[in-house]
Amino acid sequence: MADIKVAAYICKGCGLGERLDADALVKIAQKDGKVPLAKSHDFLCNADGVAMIKNDIANEGVTHIMIGACSRRAKTEAFFFPENAVARANLREGVIWIRPDTDEARETTQEMAEDYIRMGCAEVKAMTAPAGNAVTGSSKTLLVVGGGVTGMTTAIEASKTGYPVVLVEKSGALGGWAAKLYKRVPVHEPYKSPADTGVGELISQVLGDSNIKVYLNATVAKTDGAPGRFIVDIATESGATHTEDIGAIVQASGFDLYDMNKLPELGGGKSANVVDQAGLEALAVAAAAGDGVIRRPSDNQPVKSVVFVQCAGQRDPSGTHLAYCSGYCCNTSIKQAMYFKDANPSVDTTIIYTDLRTPGNGEDFYRSAQEKGVIFTKGKVAEVVPGGNTSTVKFHDLILDDKDAAMLDVDLVVLATGQVPNSGINIDAPAATAEEGVVEVKPISILNLTYRQGKDVPQLKQGFTDSHFICFPYETRRTGIYTAGPVRRPMDIAQAREDATGAALKSIQALENAELGRAAHPRSGDLSFPKVRLEGCTQCKRCTVECPFGAIDEDEKRFPVFNESRCRRCGTCMGACPVRVISFENYSVNTVGAQIKAVDIPDEFSEKPRILILACENDAYPALDMAGMGRNEYSAFVRIIPIRCLGSVNTIWITDALNAGYDGVMLMGCKSGDEYQCHFVKGSELGRVRMSKIDDTLKTLNLESERVRDLEVAITDIERVPEMINKYAAELVAVGPSPFKGF
Amino acid sequence: MSANTALAEKYRNNFLKEIEEQVEMGDWVKMCMQCGVCSGSCPTNFQSAWEHPPQELFMMIRAGKRDEVLTSTSMWNCTSCYNCIVRCPRKLPITHIMHGIAEYAHRIGLAPKMQATRFFSGLFWKNATKTGRVNELKLSMGLYFKNGFGSGVKEGMKMKDVAIGLVLAKRLNPLELFGGHKCKDQKGIQAMLKKAYEIERSRKAAKMAG
Repeated sequence: MADIKVAAYICKGCGLGERLDADALVKIAQKDGKVPLAKSHDFLCNADGVAMIKNDIANEGVTHIMIGACSRRAKTEAFFFPENAVARANLREGVIWIRPDTDEARETTQEMAEDYIRMGCAEVKAMTAPAGNAVTGSSKTLLVVGGGVTGMTTAIEASKTGYPVVLVEKSGALGGWAAKLYKRVPVHEPYKSPADTGVGELISQVLGDSNIKVYLNATVAKTDGAPGRFIVDIATESGATHTEDIGAIVQASGFDLYDMNKLPELGGGKSANVVDQAGLEALAVAAAAGDGVIRRPSDNQPVKSVVFVQCAGQRDPSGTHLAYCSGYCCNTSIKQAMYFKDANPSVDTTIIYTDLRTPGNGEDFYRSAQEKGVIFTKGKVAEVVPGGNTSTVKFHDLILDDKDAAMLDVDLVVLATGQVPNSGINIDAPAATAEEGVVEVKPISILNLTYRQGKDVPQLKQGFTDSHFICFPYETRRTGIYTAGPVRRPMDIAQAREDATGAALKSIQALENAELGRAAHPRSGDLSFPKVRLEGCTQCKRCTVECPFGAIDEDEKRFPVFNESRCRRCGTCMGACPVRVISFENYSVNTVGAQIKAVDIPDEFSEKPRILILACENDAYPALDMAGMGRNEYSAFVRIIPIRCLGSVNTIWITDALNAGYDGVMLMGCKSGDEYQCHFVKGSELGRVRMSKIDDTLKTLNLESERVRDLEVAITDIERVPEMINKYAAELVAVGPSPFKGF
Repeated sequence: MSANTALAEKYRNNFLKEIEEQVEMGDWVKMCMQCGVCSGSCPTNFQSAWEHPPQELFMMIRAGKRDEVLTSTSMWNCTSCYNCIVRCPRKLPITHIMHGIAEYAHRIGLAPKMQATRFFSGLFWKNATKTGRVNELKLSMGLYFKNGFGSGVKEGMKMKDVAIGLVLAKRLNPLELFGGHKCKDQKGIQAMLKKAYEIERSRKAAKMAG
């Protein structure tokens, strides 16, 4: 390492000066922290305090800064020194605010602060200021896959913002499903009647925009590279391949209707007079082209009675059909019933539903349908029996509890079958074993990524693409690739357009950040990125397999190839690496390891146990900070180190801590599994899998399993987290002090 | 052909349409969204007086259950407290619809004959219109003897102490049984009622004829 000069600054503001002995802390920084320059200041974050630090940087040659003041989450603008490595010792939220202001507590509180100063000094010495990723691309072009409402809206919005767009559509025309509709559910006051789809206008807007390049009858044959420098091969019908340089991608590959042939009990596929919602739109379009009368397909006679079956093949608890509600079908059936009522009020239209859900302004639309005479019957359809030109609909009337209710002589039955996402290959699915005699229709890849982990973006439940549902809905698990529209979750036109706009803006952010060599999300602006010391690599492939974002490929010699622009900086690779050759400039096995070792461990007779807490910086650490803001007290024996993600925890830290004589280790990470809250999607899950094997380590050290505790902490656990800490501290007293103290 | 069979024939499969056209406020029935707030708000519901709560009646109308609805005693139990109207999120005039259905069932002769509310309504109307004033003694006697002479005497005897008390307090005059007090212009009242009957009859006939 080049010449480094570390300076430590202790703040005395916010009550720190009164509660702590600042002079002692300065001495600790000098003596234990071995910092050549250590100062205290009455009010470090004010202009004078910051000017003092800046002056030291300019005139004293300070390169590394340790600030002992508030939490690293506070005063980030005042303490912004991009050219320097900066560590923060959390004396305010982490010490004085969580400790009682009493004489008895003063000693342990001071010890806590002293340890944080030691840890901060140790950490900053192991850091360097991140320089940013050098391997960047500068393509500003957006690729939109899919020419439906979502895709076209994305293209138009991005183009309006000044970014060129390449739009790839599989079919021969733009418009997608929406172009096949007769009319749409109204989105403007008074929400009483079906409205024009507006798709024609969207199409002409796209075609008339010189900034949007449209490929029809085309698919994405190959996607290579990373955000800012994707190289995409587009295969057209003629067999020609066009290569485009792309900055970011929006996948708007839409949906298919659930196949009604899978619902023979509801007459699906058994009669021409049983159609799905798209089938009815086709009949309505045909009618509008003729005399305006919707006719039943079997004999072309005008429809006099029509029954809409809601939730057909949806919300199915048995697992045979779709488990979810598609959300738009109630409004769609209401709209379609109006096609009949608006043309001829004497047509009997009945909608059989179990729970009518009309989001948005659908309630007005629903009321309008009632006014027009559409009959709404709460019931569950058991069977549709087609016979000749009419059908019988048997259902269980749920209001009258009539199990044998039936609608006779129904001319047309419409099944609301719902949306199935068109999300390509499920890369996480185990390879299907081909059954004999069964021809399996394999899904076709949408993006054909050259990523080591698979050709498409990972899926969550039900085949919808995985995204952080709570915090980052557009983000897929592939940086710079966004999904929008019904491929992400079931939705209607209005929602899809909103989704498209959001995805366009997110993808623009991604390509701009990629050019600047910094992270887009969730560590926006982060200039650090994983560096690997390939000489030490054993080609175990753990990092390439585990990276939740598919950022790491493998070269011909099976060494990892890091695509920094794809990286979200979670450090899961660093936690996974058994030989510890992966690190960030400002976050590494060393920066955390040095902090662990810097803590002063009192001997076993002092009755001062030490508990290490590795807390996720996204949820657990803010929760701890907020606990401090609320003056919730917790044990003075804990030493908290923020970590980027539970996935970045390398087991060596645990081993080191236990060997050093810590009595216990608490790991605080986000909820994992299907309902995950981890910002890095798989990080906390992978971290937990690793930690589940910690028992072996404990056994070899001859330690109790209570010494390591894995906890799920959400950002809202402000009051719960101090309780967890105190409970664990009390449990450890029963276990007794660690036998490793004093070695 | 009775009024009932004629109307049943006319509307055949569409009982909802029949209600909409024949029943006062009946065109509101289609607007019910089956939330059940009316049923939950009904004070009579606590005594299990409803065979069918309002929202269920509306659903039965939509399901075409003509006989069940019109012969039901449910709408006759409405006490006109207006809780349902106040609370209905869809603003249905439920109380009025209940009375409308009851009146229609009565008009076409399907209402349950001895249903207490209906019986009392008839008794009251006859009593009041005869002399222009309500004869309370005759009205209550009529109710006591609703189910025949024997049960009337038996029920009456149960209340004898109350009755004697009322007589002694001069709140009940046994002589009212014979004639009783009347309005001054009896003829005028009868003429007015006759005219009113005429107007109503012609209006309803027009409605029934469609």
